[in-house]
Amino acid sequence: MAFPGVALQPAPPETQAAEQTPSRRRGQRGGNLWRAIRHNRKATAGAILLLFFVVLAILPGQVAPYSYTSTAFKPALQPSAAHWLGTTALGQDIFSQLVYGTRESLIIALAVGGLSTVIAVIIGVSAAYLRGVTDGVLSLITDVLLVIPTFPLIILIAAYVRSAGLVTIIIVLGLLGWSYGARQLRSQVLSLRDRDFLESARVRGERRSYIIIFEILPTMTSLIVASFLGAALYAVLAAAGLQFVGLGDPNAQSWGTMLYWAENSEALGAGMPLWAIMPGVCVALLGAAFALLNYAFDEISNPALRPVRKAMRAGRGGLDPGTVLEGSDAEPSRHRERRDR
Amino acid sequence: MRFILRRTGFFLFTLWAAVTMNFVIPRLMPGNPALAMMARYKGHINGQALKALEILFGVKTHENLVSEYSQYLANIFQGRFGISYTFFPDTVSHEVLQAIPWTLGLVGVTTVLAFILGTLIGLVSAWRRGGALDSMLPPIFVITSAFPYFWIALLCVWLFGIKLNWLPEFGAYNITDTPGWQWSFISDVLVHSILPAATILITSIGGWILTMRNNVISVLGEDYVRMARAKGLKPWTVMWGYAGRNAILPNLTGFAMSLGFVVSGAILVEYVFNYPGVGWMLLDAVSNEDYPLMQALFLLITVAVLVAVLLSDILTALLDARTRDLA
Repeated sequence: MAFPGVALQPAPPETQAAEQTPSRRRGQRGGNLWRAIRHNRKATAGAILLLFFVVLAILPGQVAPYSYTSTAFKPALQPSAAHWLGTTALGQDIFSQLVYGTRESLIIALAVGGLSTVIAVIIGVSAAYLRGVTDGVLSLITDVLLVIPTFPLIILIAAYVRSAGLVTIIIVLGLLGWSYGARQLRSQVLSLRDRDFLESARVRGERRSYIIIFEILPTMTSLIVASFLGAALYAVLAAAGLQFVGLGDPNAQSWGTMLYWAENSEALGAGMPLWAIMPGVCVALLGAAFALLNYAFDEISNPALRPVRKAMRAGRGGLDPGTVLEGSDAEPSRHRERRDR
Repeated sequence: MRFILRRTGFFLFTLWAAVTMNFVIPRLMPGNPALAMMARYKGHINGQALKALEILFGVKTHENLVSEYSQYLANIFQGRFGISYTFFPDTVSHEVLQAIPWTLGLVGVTTVLAFILGTLIGLVSAWRRGGALDSMLPPIFVITSAFPYFWIALLCVWLFGIKLNWLPEFGAYNITDTPGWQWSFISDVLVHSILPAATILITSIGGWILTMRNNVISVLGEDYVRMARAKGLKPWTVMWGYAGRNAILPNLTGFAMSLGFVVSGAILVEYVFNYPGVGWMLLDAVSNEDYPLMQALFLLITVAVLVAVLLSDILTALLDARTRDLA
């Protein structure tokens, strides 16, 4: 996947750096994050959605009336009190399948998000901090990965692996999904590198690893979170797409696999539209949770993008509407583009 | 100039990386499934074509990797991708050339439309900051940006194709039609393209709206916009001539790039609608284990993207004086 308009632009400005002055005490930061989520409507909506799916993923047995695999019912039933969303052509309860399918989608999202964020942080930060040849090589790898169309590549790899299981999907998506985050983190570190607080740490004689972990990373929390959310969104969609076209494990309990079987049984034409549509709704809602949180983080870190009226009401942040528009060196948001899906 | 040279170098390097990946992936996989396919080929195809396939998948055991690799490169750059298994005995290139027009027509036109509409809506919504459009659109499109393309496609198939039965939801034209330039066929193709085009439009327009809106918002804070306002220019002039023109710059290069993604842009949409374009052919090749076709399509998609990236770099250099100074 590549992100037009962003890939070739010069470094994003230091909006976050300007906002989160490192002089703040570290303990406050988590609190700030939490408050920011509560005060941003998009973030609240995203967080609630995500929480909903987390609960389903942890306790599917408490919510779902039947098991995922049970085929004990009449096939192709319409929705009723016993089967809220009807049954599949194989006599499975669609609602129960949805509930049990949550876990795998969420695991993929979180694992891929985590894996690619870790890679992005390592590559991005070391490229910017170590400069020189290391920077050149790491940036080149990042840029190559950024422009190569990821989804066709994933399809190609999956075609060779044949019926990719959970772990394969996570590894492939994780290894291919970090480039965008790495690029942003690199620019961010570049803009921080010559600041006084890092200079003073160097003068104090701190080790490089200490400076990177305890001085640089905490100032980039929101960017790291954003890169995690972006990667998670991409993982949810890419994994569902892969499983939908039959490149996943056909026995997996996931939304993408449900879609695959629904498509295979021509559920739409055979009067079972909910079988094909509801897993997509779940994918879309989980994706929307990540997208909302991601966009909210854009707004949090870039005040110019906030809704105007809200900025006027919340005079607390020192944002009177006049300065919102003038003082901003707002960079186009890091809204992620999906083109190769 | 240095900027363009540097980007051309990057283009060549990435091209090489993609071609090499294509060479390496079949060799990395345990129990190379392409080998099974090769076995089925034996006796069906002649020496030259068989040899090209063997080099592509690393079947030949007596040759070392280096000479295989160099022969592979030579084959690729002469456009010899081997023979398609599904469409035996047609060559892969022949098949790919048949799929390209469909994708270009459908996804290409839709991409241009989405860009124009999205940019206009974004400009207007940012200009009327806080208006109905501005407060409604961003949240909506943030949410739709998370929708899987194929799910929108399924919804369209179900609602307009099956439930209401307004529009055809399968293929690019009626199979009873004879392809040609007569009106009956053209109108048939147009009718068949409505649903897939709408799907792509719905899912891709949001990105343009949001980026344009955010660009305009930041441009509106610039001194030259305030100056234009202070001079008493008509709001219309300020909006188009000052804010819009400058804000569109990053979007234009993004657009040049998105043209490259046209080829790969809607793999799953083509799949759902059985639209005989590049994406559909790629998945078809996957399900038929047609590895030569698959790999040629992957290369085609990658080259399209890389060329578009290079073009958008050149466009940036031409339009934005600041990048020229970046050395």
